[in-house]
Amino acid sequence: MAVLVYAENWDGKFKKLTFELISYASKIAEMLNTSTSVVSIGKVEESELNKLGNYGALKVLKVEDDQFKNLDNQVYTNIIFQAAQKEEADVILLAHNNTGKALAPRLSVKLKAALGSSLIALPSSLEPFTVYKKVFSGKAYANIILKSDKKVLTLAQNSFKLIETDIQASIESFAPEIDETEIKTKVKDTQKQTGKIILTDAEIVVSGGRGMRTGDNWGPLEELAAALGGALACSRPVSDEGWRPHEEHTGQTGKIIAPNLYIAVGISGAIQHLAGVSSSKYIVAINTDPDAPIFEAADYGILGDAIKVLPELVNAVKEMKSQQ
Amino acid sequence: MKLAVCLGNVPDTTTKVKFSNNNTAFDKTGVQWIINPWDELALTRAIELKEDSGNPVDTVTVITVGLTDAEPTIRKALAIGADNAIRINAEPTDAYVVAAQLAEQLKKNDFDIILCGIESSDYNGFAVGGMLAEFLDYLSVSAVSHFTITGNDLEITRDIDGGKEIVQVEAPLVAIVQKGITKEPRIPAMRGIMMARKKPLEVVEPIDVEVMTEFSGFEPPQSKPPCKMIDAENVKELVELLQNEAKVL
Repeated sequence: MAVLVYAENWDGKFKKLTFELISYASKIAEMLNTSTSVVSIGKVEESELNKLGNYGALKVLKVEDDQFKNLDNQVYTNIIFQAAQKEEADVILLAHNNTGKALAPRLSVKLKAALGSSLIALPSSLEPFTVYKKVFSGKAYANIILKSDKKVLTLAQNSFKLIETDIQASIESFAPEIDETEIKTKVKDTQKQTGKIILTDAEIVVSGGRGMRTGDNWGPLEELAAALGGALACSRPVSDEGWRPHEEHTGQTGKIIAPNLYIAVGISGAIQHLAGVSSSKYIVAINTDPDAPIFEAADYGILGDAIKVLPELVNAVKEMKSQQ
Repeated sequence: MKLAVCLGNVPDTTTKVKFSNNNTAFDKTGVQWIINPWDELALTRAIELKEDSGNPVDTVTVITVGLTDAEPTIRKALAIGADNAIRINAEPTDAYVVAAQLAEQLKKNDFDIILCGIESSDYNGFAVGGMLAEFLDYLSVSAVSHFTITGNDLEITRDIDGGKEIVQVEAPLVAIVQKGITKEPRIPAMRGIMMARKKPLEVVEPIDVEVMTEFSGFEPPQSKPPCKMIDAENVKELVELLQNEAKVL
């Protein structure tokens, strides 16, 4: 018996969410009196793989075959499935990011395992195995019992603290039995954001709404995001108007984010918007309307016109940064 | 090509969420039901693909798992432009049960492309599309924000963390779609509503599926302290609070 984690890499590197996931998995392994194994697909340097031990992985199975360089949901599911069989894993964990959302449901069916997705805490009990997540887009929390012997879990980003260990992971090559003809997803082109902080990874997010009046007013928001080392986001009307690309839309039907700090500028805070940002650790609201619902969700608020407040805020942040 | 769109019947997104049975069940009293917003986007894109005469799309079928209370939702989908509908007469207990029921019906009909929304706004499981694909042993592409058909080639844009990938695949396929797939969900026109009454809605009985999850208790969100207001003339104070009190800078 073991706990198995799929550790995705990005150009050969792991991210904070990987280490959160390994930390979380290793806590569950400890509760179950077993150890954490990891499967990694793609070329990752030994020094990078060793980092997985720092968060509790005892064993790493690396699948380096170049034919698996692109994500094919069926093939990746099969690789993780075979790794789970090899490790006799009863609990399989993935990050609740694009890849994890694509693979975890498939794995759940392939393993006949109950799925607990987007979890935000450790299981509150093992007998029965009870997991905890947000439901109704943040309007409630649910305790869910997973009754099958095997379980597939996905962990929400920025919801579990890193736990460092001094484990030296053993690394071995793993060659899954997969025929070349099974790979059916052909990647024609990859467009990566360069030099920008990825919205779902960002610890600070600066977001603009209709209160910005027009897309031409985004300069100070960009400046604020840059000064804070954060990413830019927007509300739905803004992306619907085409002021900003839909990738920046946060809210129920857009991106769900959980940064440490979310600054909502000129956003009234409709329930659909809050559904995407309510997991933020701190929310700052800048709005002209004292009755805007965003102030109920916010920790700090400024009643005022975004266009006037923003430049002063940018200056204050820059001044603070220069003293750090 | 035959397209199918899987629809979830969910509470309107502005619903005040309440629970019954000692906080173990969602209280449906007075709830307005809508098509799950992501499924509505999937449906809209399917109709667009059919309407574009350059595409080899023959029919768009909508399918849902639900009791009679799901019928208004599925009628709305027919009014938006789906050709026919299937309702599997079962309570949509969890994603696994829903996907298993859908798979059982869908495999009888050799659909080429099955579209699902990436998430449902009730239990936020992100699960039905992927599970369905695995049950059917179909290829799946997730986080789809663009979808075109050229002959038999399907060109799909999917989101990856920090960017996009353009992938080429062939049917059969489950496409799990998100925002961006279409501009706006379509609203039924009067003519569509009239026509929908005559469109076939087949009701089928469910198969037995083992239920592997159970809600043991719902909780309301924790209440938070009131918002601390800072004078607009004194934004420095905000920066100080974020730095020293919240410790996030």
